Amino acid sequence: MATNLSDRRSVLTGAAALLAAGAARGQAVTLPFGNGERPIKTYPEKRPMLVLTERPPQLETPFEVFDHGAFTPNDAFFVRYHLAGTPPRGLDAATHRLKVLGAVETPLDLSLADLRRDFPAVELAAVNECSGNGRGFSSPRVAGGQLGEGMMGNALWRGVTVRALLDRAGVKASAHAVEFNGADRPQMASVADFVKGLGVDHARNGEVMIAYEMNGAPLPLLNGYPLRLIVPGYYGTYWVKHLTDLTVLEQESQSYWMQKAYRIPDNDCACVPAGTAASATRPIGKLNVRSFITNLSDGQTAKASARALVRGVAFDGGSGISGVELSSDGGKTWTPASLGQDHGKYSFREWSAHVPLEHGEHLLVARAKSKAGDVQPLTANWNPSAYMRNVADPVRVVAA
Amino acid sequence: MRGLASSLLVLVAVAAAGGVAARETVGKTAPAYAPPPETSKFVAAPGVEAAQRYCLTCHSADYVSTQPPHMPAAFWQNEVTKMRNAYGATIPDDAAKAITDYLVATYTEPTRGGR
Ligand code: HEC
Repeated sequence: MATNLSDRRSVLTGAAALLAAGAARGQAVTLPFGNGERPIKTYPEKRPMLVLTERPPQLETPFEVFDHGAFTPNDAFFVRYHLAGTPPRGLDAATHRLKVLGAVETPLDLSLADLRRDFPAVELAAVNECSGNGRGFSSPRVAGGQLGEGMMGNALWRGVTVRALLDRAGVKASAHAVEFNGADRPQMASVADFVKGLGVDHARNGEVMIAYEMNGAPLPLLNGYPLRLIVPGYYGTYWVKHLTDLTVLEQESQSYWMQKAYRIPDNDCACVPAGTAASATRPIGKLNVRSFITNLSDGQTAKASARALVRGVAFDGGSGISGVELSSDGGKTWTPASLGQDHGKYSFREWSAHVPLEHGEHLLVARAKSKAGDVQPLTANWNPSAYMRNVADPVRVVAA
Repeated sequence: MRGLASSLLVLVAVAAAGGVAARETVGKTAPAYAPPPETSKFVAAPGVEAAQRYCLTCHSADYVSTQPPHMPAAFWQNEVTKMRNAYGATIPDDAAKAITDYLVATYTEPTRGGR
């Protein structure tokens, strides 16, 4: 924990006001870890965002966005791709097809109009968080996308359930898993196509859905236009973009992106001693419980007050948030926060609390608890790919 | 899986016809995609030609330059090996060695205090 006290997130949030101007002037933001310089650029349908990589496009949400409500605007929603040549070009909602193939009685080949006409529409608020959100803060550091904490977002998704499609197609009794593929393809044939799999019961749970709208508008191209898989409570790696194919399998998915990548230590904490390898692994799954302070950033000067407002967001993998506690003394004593409107158990839950901030330095720590009983740890768990970071990180403010 | 039935409550089922009538937004046609031009480059130093030739097919140079600044030589060796083995990058052995040396010399900064 100590390694993160000094300058966490400070430069990012402090520079947030510069973002719009910075985009025009070709400026950059520096995330508070080594090699944290990130250009700020404006991509199609996006506001100025932090650029992790240009090709494929990987864009991080400016952190201050999370202080403006439980839902993340589409033009600020993070972007994560794996393969060169993304996003795929030439997509068109009018001609796009979605196929249901494999171990089904009747394969389906549907247009978006079919989806909207023949299947009930459902709406669900759900957080999409990248498996490696916050990887840049890992200690020791590891290879991968060196992400700050802006690789997450919450949206209201509207579409159809995967169950409705599978029921229409008629899943055979021998079915074991469903593979999901999108229109993006690797530029080099040696790179595995980005395909993800879910167990057939999970895919049919009535919550896993295919979205054609995000926050009441069509999906931005960079967030999966025209159709995206939504796997509530699961890390973003499963949320396949530009969805074209559902294939029902009689065994588990053999995709590289299931069998080799996105794997976590196969134990309760999904962690191993820092710097060591995992002896056994499993595919990453549900989001762990996490919270962020959004109105104060590390290193910031705040107004001294007997009742200072601190607020933020919290979420977990779908049990829901049962409470958030705030400490203004580095975790010695805790004050319960009040929770904001409940948008559903997969959504960001806003929270706020008042704590005394006397003149001087304070270490603020927010710690969320899920209804399943999980609490954020006060020291970071470590794993070789720096997935699932959820430490209750302190934010140092000086009251004056 | 049966327990999940209760979670259906959070799904707001809307009559399909009503949904269509209310929102014609899905008809948005293929958005034009014109990203900002790619600007990231490998740092000029001995060996950069090999990196340019073999390491820019599948991603831009910033995937390399944003890696942590003070990693041991084995880190870069592993990355080059991973690109060849996991992603099938076809790189002759001598070029792979030249690239590894270049990355270690250019992107590992032992004296820098970065974490
Ligand atoms: C055949 C395609 C291909 C080539 C050629 C290639 N890479 Fe990669 N590289 C990838 C893929 C795929 C990823 C991971 C994409 C993801 O998960 O976002 C990646 C990721 C990376 C990363 C991020 C860290 C990590 O391990 O994921 C680094 C660093 C990297 N490559 C370095 C290199 C270097 C150096 C070379 C030249 C020796 C190279 N790459 C050539 C495909 C390639």
